[in-house]
Amino acid sequence: MESAEIVAHIPRLRRYARALAGDSHRADDLVQDTLERAMAKFHLWRRGSDLRAWLFTVMHNVFINQLKARRELALDEAVEDALQSAPLSDPLELRDLDAALRQLPAEQREVLLLVGLEQLSYAEVSKVLSIPVGTVMSRLSRGRERLRAVISGAATVTNLKAVK
Amino acid sequence: MSNLTEADLHAYADGQLDDVRRVQVEARLAHDLTAAERVRAWREQNEALRALYNPVLNEPVPQRLLAARPLRGRWPHYALAAGIMGLSFGLGWMSHSYRTDRFVEAAALPRRAAVAYAVYAPEVRHPVEVGADQQDHLVKWLSKRLGNDLKVPVLTQQGFELVGGRLLPGGKGPGAQFMYQDARGQRITLYVSLRDAEPRDTAFRFSQEDKVAVFYWIDGKLGYALSGEMDRASLLAVATVVYRQLNP
Repeated sequence: MESAEIVAHIPRLRRYARALAGDSHRADDLVQDTLERAMAKFHLWRRGSDLRAWLFTVMHNVFINQLKARRELALDEAVEDALQSAPLSDPLELRDLDAALRQLPAEQREVLLLVGLEQLSYAEVSKVLSIPVGTVMSRLSRGRERLRAVISGAATVTNLKAVK
Repeated sequence: MSNLTEADLHAYADGQLDDVRRVQVEARLAHDLTAAERVRAWREQNEALRALYNPVLNEPVPQRLLAARPLRGRWPHYALAAGIMGLSFGLGWMSHSYRTDRFVEAAALPRRAAVAYAVYAPEVRHPVEVGADQQDHLVKWLSKRLGNDLKVPVLTQQGFELVGGRLLPGGKGPGAQFMYQDARGQRITLYVSLRDAEPRDTAFRFSQEDKVAVFYWIDGKLGYALSGEMDRASLLAVATVVYRQLNP
């Protein structure tokens, strides 16, 4: 039964959603929307292929739609890059990782989490997000550097780079 | 060895390099402390992410997620069937912009049909009020009650024989249920009732009502719903035939 197959993936979908959305209520909303949509679209999943990766794809689409609805999605990554060079508030410790993740553009956060948390291969991430592997790598690179900067409180490094 | 690229460093940190390349990168990192430090920080990020969010895996799953059901009434998502149906019937599709009241009304039809299916399909002794042996009488009677000429599709080629039919409550007035059965005793029902309001469009849609799959559409004054406890694809094949016979 299809829903049983999907249900088995709920814990991992919740983990990813929690990291992506932050707030646990919002995260479960995201999971619920993902489940409903996945069940309705289950025929589109190619039997034998990785169901979990497909569910991440569905969640990605739902997530992007939610962001659009809330107008949180920066349509131009260049805008995000400009924001990156803005000085950040207080330095964060590692224990503030969750807060630090919120400071990443959604596109970078997705890649960072699919790779670092969910341990998908770059090729899988490329498929899930429908972006070229090169874009996966550049978002990963920028996301990681930004996270490092936020955590160590050295966000102004980007400023120096820009001047150089 | 070729140059150490940024992508190599990430792939190294994430354990995504093959053995040969991994050893090469390792050798280079021994001499490039800046790169080694970045890799170390990335790995630390990965570990921290897992440490922070892994506990979610052990949380009890909220009931509302276990009870999640397919989104209804969003046919454009049902792309494959939409393609087939669109080509076969040239129907107008419900779009995302459809308002909720229309959804609620349309959703009532498959729900009623599925409930009627669930009640009568398992019935051994009295699955129908009037048997197929009195088909003429059955059709005349139900047509009269619904105030419309009803047609009973022939599904012999699909392996289903008519068992008979019964009168049921519809949304606003009477409804009719025709029951079919195949050689294995599997049953499907065609539920017909007067449509509730005035939707202009004829839409062919799918709804999963617990175990019962329902394809339904509205044609003129009547709403039709084909229900069965079977997978979508099998039911779709029958629904296609039913639709064609009713709309020659």
